[in-house]
Amino acid sequence: MAAHHHEHGHDPSVAHHFESAEQQRQSTKLGMWVFLATEILFFGGLFVAYTVYRVNHPEVFVFGAYFLDTALGALNTVVLIFSSFTIAWAVRAAQLGQLRLLRWLIIATMACAFVFMGVKYVEYSAKWKHGLLWAGSYNPHLEHGDEPAAGHGEAEAPSSTTGAPEAGAPADPDRSTIAPAAEGPHGLAAPAVAADPHAMPVEPANARVFFSIYFMMTGLHGIHVLAGIAAMLWLLRCLGRGDFDGGRFTKVDMVALYWHVVDIIWIYLFLLLYLID
Amino acid sequence: MATGPDRSNYLTTGRGVLSWLFTLDHKRIGVMYLVAITTSFFLGGVFALLVRTELLTPGQTIMTADAYNKMFTLHGAVMIFLFIIPGIPAALGNFVLPLMLGAKDVALPRLNLTSFWFWMIGAVFALVSIIVGAVDTGWTFYTPYSTTTGTAVISMTLGVFILGFSSIFTGLNFIVTIHKMRPEGMTWFRMPLFLWGLYSTAIIQVLATPVLGITLLLLVAERALGIGIFDPTLGGDPVLFQHFFWFYSHPAVYIMILPAMGVISELVSVFSGKHIFGYRFIAWSSIAIALLSFLVWGHHMFTSGQSGITNMIFSALTFSVAIPSAVKVFNWLATMYKGSIRLAAPMLYVLSFLFLFAIGGLTGLFLGALSTDIHLHDTYFVVAHFHYVMFGGTVIAFLGGLHYWWPKMFGRMYSERWAQLAALLVFVGFNLTFFTQFVMGSHGMPRRYYNYVEEFTTLHQASTVGSYVLALGFFIMAGYLLHSLVRGAPAPANPWGSATLEWETTSPPPAGNFDVELLAGDPYDLDALRYDPGVGGWVRKDPRSILVAAGGAG
Repeated sequence: MAAHHHEHGHDPSVAHHFESAEQQRQSTKLGMWVFLATEILFFGGLFVAYTVYRVNHPEVFVFGAYFLDTALGALNTVVLIFSSFTIAWAVRAAQLGQLRLLRWLIIATMACAFVFMGVKYVEYSAKWKHGLLWAGSYNPHLEHGDEPAAGHGEAEAPSSTTGAPEAGAPADPDRSTIAPAAEGPHGLAAPAVAADPHAMPVEPANARVFFSIYFMMTGLHGIHVLAGIAAMLWLLRCLGRGDFDGGRFTKVDMVALYWHVVDIIWIYLFLLLYLID
Repeated sequence: MATGPDRSNYLTTGRGVLSWLFTLDHKRIGVMYLVAITTSFFLGGVFALLVRTELLTPGQTIMTADAYNKMFTLHGAVMIFLFIIPGIPAALGNFVLPLMLGAKDVALPRLNLTSFWFWMIGAVFALVSIIVGAVDTGWTFYTPYSTTTGTAVISMTLGVFILGFSSIFTGLNFIVTIHKMRPEGMTWFRMPLFLWGLYSTAIIQVLATPVLGITLLLLVAERALGIGIFDPTLGGDPVLFQHFFWFYSHPAVYIMILPAMGVISELVSVFSGKHIFGYRFIAWSSIAIALLSFLVWGHHMFTSGQSGITNMIFSALTFSVAIPSAVKVFNWLATMYKGSIRLAAPMLYVLSFLFLFAIGGLTGLFLGALSTDIHLHDTYFVVAHFHYVMFGGTVIAFLGGLHYWWPKMFGRMYSERWAQLAALLVFVGFNLTFFTQFVMGSHGMPRRYYNYVEEFTTLHQASTVGSYVLALGFFIMAGYLLHSLVRGAPAPANPWGSATLEWETTSPPPAGNFDVELLAGDPYDLDALRYDPGVGGWVRKDPRSILVAAGGAG
């Protein structure tokens, strides 16, 4: 729009087809909210898949969550909540024209995003090392005492013979291997953890589905974190260009809204994936 | 063009391919979309003619069974994702929506261009899949077949994934534009009904398409990595794919039909010379259809093992969609009642629409009824129903809208005589092609089959001949429309006598759309216009009544 000449003595930061800066800001904001609604629905598909499988096979989730590192997940949750605070403050700083502060707040938010991705890298590599991958590549091999989830003490290597066919085996249309829903008042199979609450549960059939869902959900979320980092780099460029002079804050506001949604989704992921007991 | 050679318009402002590919002008983006989707329509049409030709005789006629599976898949995928979903909103809607608002552009012009580029990238992926081995899954990509077939499913589904974003961006843009850019005097219930159609469409585009996005991403991850969510051998559930797919794809058929209904609402009033009847009912029924569309996906899965109670609920909700649809049809008929109907080409398409959509809609109730669906599902009856709604409804309305706005888009009139002939051929050809399929389907001819028993030969051949008549109609249409671009008479600003704002600017409009700020009144107040033989078109009796600067008469 910068290419257009501006009639009617328009403010140069207002595109030619808008009447006023306020109309432009309102339009951008509504557009962003609608976009965030599409993001929620995009993740919504995965949340539905999660719900369907968890209701039908709760034992798979109890087993899978045992291998997620709650401490690292909690650390990431704290990091993201803190970054939500810094980006919200950044919006305020932009409104008040505190541009130096704005720069540091954007950098702080980005730093949080990098910490998050770093922690995620540590978690993913542990999963990779132990073969705790999505269904098609699921091949758990835990050595004694080399078990990722801290605080679970003496762990036995889980039995990897689940009765499920090998990964990559051709589909047999005549034989479904969907495990029947477990029965019982809570839909739970016979509880594997009897005496020692820290002992590793026995691996149920199709435990691999948990890791499929885990990697899809956290992976897609991670891509959104990377997009957030890109958005904040863009904000720094806009800042250098003088886009935020005179208290203009719409762009910071939009990125902040996006970032809050990324945070909220993570909070749900943390609750739903890590805190299963 | 109409107002003299010195007047520049959006077609002449900026020259060269790049000035088009990087334009932010909604009119140019609309025209690029129009070229893109009509090209796709041609491609999908060729696939359809190959399918019909193969079915001239039982057994092999011109291609192998495998090639046939690819042909009907490509016909469906290209027509649905490349043509009919973007069709009316992205091509006609993009051009008309800001003009109807008296605005200079959509609210987010760069997003609009991004949408077009995403369409192009998605189309490239789809074309690549056609070149590297095509797809033979049917356009529905059902697992587990789609995860095990050797054809180019990843490329096609990635293409559809990207096309989905194109659709989301268009819908998002329209929602924001309609909310924030209506002119003075245009309350929600003074909007032209085409905008209500686009608005309700946009709601579905924005809320349903992301679910298709994640579904296709899971499908791609399934094939590429073995993620296993839909694969029973890895503990996944293939029926979940069907739920996900139809959660988008049923609302998607309303993405296709709602803007078409909006077009019909405009045309029926103008060519009946009467104020639209039951404005609020038509407007609300669009919203009602959009909301109900999210609650009926299970009717595609009556035979998938859903519980009886689920089937009953989905069946009842499906029936309820008939109510707002019928509300619209009755209001259109009441608009025509005692009107002075002009049988110009756009009105011929309106009449075709009313006839064909009524059949398409009512046969939808046969399929929504549980007992008859068991008999009819996966037969040609479904194919015929779908085409009566999608072709008889959406495509016919698209053609009506195209003929209606063509003079505005290009500043030229087409040959009315040829246009009427083409409309007739399309109507006859369509009914011959698809009514026979209702008969075949009710006698048990399964859809998607390469071979058939000899008893069906006559009906299949009649259907194929019908498709040739249809193709002839389209070739004639392409001929006179292209001819009009070069030799057509210059179009006046308002050739039809319409009261909506897009007719207040020249044909074609200047790059900035309007020279003055407009005040919106009743969009169906046709009495405010009179025919001016000097201009060859319609003019306002009181030109000052729609000017903000003049204070307006309202």
